[in-house]
Amino acid sequence: MTGPADHNGRDGYGAVARKEDARFIRGLGTFIDDVTMPGMLHGAILRSPLPHAVITAIDTSAAEAHPGVAAVITGAMLAERGLAWMPTLSGDVQPVLATDKVRFQGQEVAFVVARDRYAARDALELITVDYEPLPVVVEAGQALAGSAPVIRDDRPGQADNKIFDWSAGDAEATERVFAAADVVVTGDMLYPRCHPAPLETCGAVADLDRVSGRLTIWATTQAPHPHRTFYSLITGLPEHKIRVISPDIGGGFGNKVPIYPGYVCAIVGSMLTGRPVKWVEDRSENLMATSFARDYHMHGEIAATRDGTILGLRARVLADHGAFNGAAQPTKFPAGFFHIFTGSYDLRAAHCEVTGVYTNKAPGGVAYSCSFRVTEAVYLVERMVDLLAAELGADPAELRMRNLLRPEQFPYTCPTGWEYDSGDYPRALRMALDIAGYPELRREQAERRAHGEYMGIGISFFTEGVGAGPRKHMDILGLGMADGADLRVYPTGAAVLAISCQTQGQGHETTFAQIVAAELGLSPDDVEVVHGDTDRTPFGLGTYGSRSTAVSGAAAAIAARRVRERAKIVAAAMLEAAPEDLEWSDGAWRVRGDPEQCRDIRQIAMAAHSGLELPAGVEGHLDAGSVYNPPNLTFPFGAYICVTDVDPGTGVVTVRRFIAVDDCGVRINPMIVAGQIHRGLADGIGMALMQAISFDSDGNCLAGSFMDYLLPTAVECPSWELGSTVTPSPHHPIGAKGIGESATVGSPAAVVNSVIDALAPFGVRHADMPLTPAAVWRAIQGRPLRPDLATS
Amino acid sequence: MQVPAYVEYERATSVEHALALLARFGPRAQVLAGGHSLIPMMKLRLVQPETLVDVGHLTELRYLTVTGSVLRIGALTRHAELLAAPEAGRHFPILHDAERVIADPIVRQWGTVGGSLCQADPSEDLSAAFAALNATMVITGPDGTRAVPARQFHTGPYETVVAQGELLTEIQVPITPGAGSAYEKVGRRVGDWPVGAAGAAIRLDGDVIAAAGIGLAAVGAEHFAAPEAERSLIGAQAGEQALARAGQIAAEHARPVTDQRGPADYKRHLASELTVRALRRAVARARAAGRSAREG
Repeated sequence: MTGPADHNGRDGYGAVARKEDARFIRGLGTFIDDVTMPGMLHGAILRSPLPHAVITAIDTSAAEAHPGVAAVITGAMLAERGLAWMPTLSGDVQPVLATDKVRFQGQEVAFVVARDRYAARDALELITVDYEPLPVVVEAGQALAGSAPVIRDDRPGQADNKIFDWSAGDAEATERVFAAADVVVTGDMLYPRCHPAPLETCGAVADLDRVSGRLTIWATTQAPHPHRTFYSLITGLPEHKIRVISPDIGGGFGNKVPIYPGYVCAIVGSMLTGRPVKWVEDRSENLMATSFARDYHMHGEIAATRDGTILGLRARVLADHGAFNGAAQPTKFPAGFFHIFTGSYDLRAAHCEVTGVYTNKAPGGVAYSCSFRVTEAVYLVERMVDLLAAELGADPAELRMRNLLRPEQFPYTCPTGWEYDSGDYPRALRMALDIAGYPELRREQAERRAHGEYMGIGISFFTEGVGAGPRKHMDILGLGMADGADLRVYPTGAAVLAISCQTQGQGHETTFAQIVAAELGLSPDDVEVVHGDTDRTPFGLGTYGSRSTAVSGAAAAIAARRVRERAKIVAAAMLEAAPEDLEWSDGAWRVRGDPEQCRDIRQIAMAAHSGLELPAGVEGHLDAGSVYNPPNLTFPFGAYICVTDVDPGTGVVTVRRFIAVDDCGVRINPMIVAGQIHRGLADGIGMALMQAISFDSDGNCLAGSFMDYLLPTAVECPSWELGSTVTPSPHHPIGAKGIGESATVGSPAAVVNSVIDALAPFGVRHADMPLTPAAVWRAIQGRPLRPDLATS
Repeated sequence: MQVPAYVEYERATSVEHALALLARFGPRAQVLAGGHSLIPMMKLRLVQPETLVDVGHLTELRYLTVTGSVLRIGALTRHAELLAAPEAGRHFPILHDAERVIADPIVRQWGTVGGSLCQADPSEDLSAAFAALNATMVITGPDGTRAVPARQFHTGPYETVVAQGELLTEIQVPITPGAGSAYEKVGRRVGDWPVGAAGAAIRLDGDVIAAAGIGLAAVGAEHFAAPEAERSLIGAQAGEQALARAGQIAAEHARPVTDQRGPADYKRHLASELTVRALRRAVARARAAGRSAREG
């Protein structure tokens, strides 16, 4: 049988050009703001200028009198219809439009529907809202203080700002390991709140057909099917009367997983006016009010022997979830997969505790390509290993090599319970060190230091758990994380694959065509991939957490194999042979021992739709479907090395080189894989050097534009140096693991480790991201900046 | 998408026409040049002019020439044109240093030199560069033109001496043989406003500093200049000691404010560090210019 063995090389299934680029490079994509309909109205949201206040009055009369305005909707109006509050993806609730209070700056207060977006925006200025300001909670560390106001007084029984306490691992065993260790190193570090900042902001066009009762909603969503279910639960509309269409998406990175109030407002606007309603948020709204990422305040402890054997790891985390717990993650895991924080090392014991708290900040928490908090976990362990190396005077590469899991330990169950499926970690690290020319870099570093020049070499080794996930362990709001695929092969052999996941730039139309084509002996050009439309695709949870290839890719391969098995029966009838006498090779079913006697999928497809007599019990046509329920997560890994030059006089960091060796199992399209890695590495430069959503002491968001929240450019990014190893996943049908988030997960720690390495002669052991010029200079002065607060 | 409030639009066809339009529409009219500051502010509704008077198409203000010993830059010269002009780079490398780190190539194609100066952002690189060069600003109004020294042009953050009904039309920079100049900037990322920046223009007499101009951006220097530091350099040997002292004095007189780009202490440090670095390069260039003048 054709299996992964054919594709295990560096070239995978082939670096074919992306099918979707034909429209994108011509500017002919259809994004949400390209969707227009006859009679369409435009919506705009009035947002709270205050982070915490009681709403005492709202006067919409002047706005309603505006000649261009069709409707003004408030929380009170929604409350009458039972629509004022909606569920979040973490089982909390969140107002669609505020009724009693506002709880973060930028919260949705009223929605105007007007003839165009200019009139809608003008009318916002005509709405008067009276607020009675309340004390704010800005710092996560203050959320549980006795003096802190209770933000969520809407929740029955909520007497403080705690959301959850959660832990993993064995506390006692870890304590024993720590008590007996030669060396214990501790570190406090903040992974600051940051934002996925997709270039296309979020938006929707809602059209409720009053005759049929059908709701069609075009929306920027990475998860069309769960959104359909949630819209049904929120609005009471029957689910089969709802169609969610996710058109071309201009970047998601997790930002487009949740349901936002604006989507629901557009639906309500269409209900009230009987016309289609478009709502597209602006850049500031996207940065200030949609799902952020991280905001993890971490205390780490690592235990080791004096000669550098790592024994145990402990972490205590304060997780700032903002005003509503809107994190998108499997229900059983309130801290996501953070407990994979033991990383890539062979530890005796580990234990972590995470406390989630409410603050007066925007809701969210799992977004920005984090693989459900693996980003935070990798950052913690990789910083801790460097802190240990500094304490021991050990080389960080040697310390890692000494403690990495060995290939023969797989499948490996880590101290917090994850079963890593496969890996050859030392091989990947060796490859990265070879590409970097590590010993030569260390020599150069020593020479430069002697001349007062500061260069840094930072290493990060990461393991991710992606492809969520086994449905008995993983669901979102009760929806198990399995995904379907439907494959239809038409009489001429042209095929259409319908999948539940939704591309946001990852190239699904190409890679999924490659998977099916390889299984059936077709060209990728013969396979059309349909996605992003709930009326045309099977149910599934969508694209995030690097799960498309890991879950939907498996479903597609299995559907194709089912087609191939059906084709075998048809081929047997065509060849007048017994099915068991046929074998699949070179893209055709062939008679064993007489390979010239064969039929390929094109021939078989025509026959399957013809008058050919098929064996009793076998139906015609050549279609198959599948639903893939992953037996385990897949575990991509990689070794990253970052070389920086730091100017101590200005604090300016220049990333000179970045070496990334990734193992994502079998690679489908190596060019697309490389593109995904490039993107994630740029993310890492952004987070490490320039990005944070900070707040002043009054709760004002200080990063509401791209002048304040910086995205890295080509100038800040070196020419990436990539390497690859291929360790197929043993349980995935084609051995693939997923790559979408690897580089975002792995790279920030490498950059920070590199900068801290450069600053070692100044006695600097740690500085929090983002390492802006000011932050680096202040770290050298011994007065580090707090990145979560207004600069002081 | 951010959308501006209702606005009338008038396109000027000549300087005279522009002045007439400004007179007709009065104080609620605003001049639109490259639009890279005004349009975003309008979209955020931080400003809501009743009428835009678009001068962006006035080619008569789009030039760069050397007349006698003066470089004359038309106010509507694009940043990209200033960066591409060899006569600007030859006489005033500081201008090319600064333009290379202003915004990005797209903005530089649209944004104008005069528009940047009139926007008068406290972080404007060109304001510091022209302060260092002791340039002269030519302002045209209904009653004719007047010349204002660069160091009297700005009256505060986002404020200049250009009155309602007037236009900045030209920037004049005196060419000094054997001079050297340079610009140094620290940003958080390419295209960002400076966290701090310094420009320097130096004329040497042998190895003694005969004239010095220092411009500072984003660090709270009055009129984007550091006159006390300049004075400390006159007559001094062009060595590290004098440069360090000048940097220190420049920092002492800076009044930086803390923001998310950096804390005040860091910006004050930059005022010193970047002044020294700019002076160092300006001196090196002045020496090179002197050598080539002697050899030439």
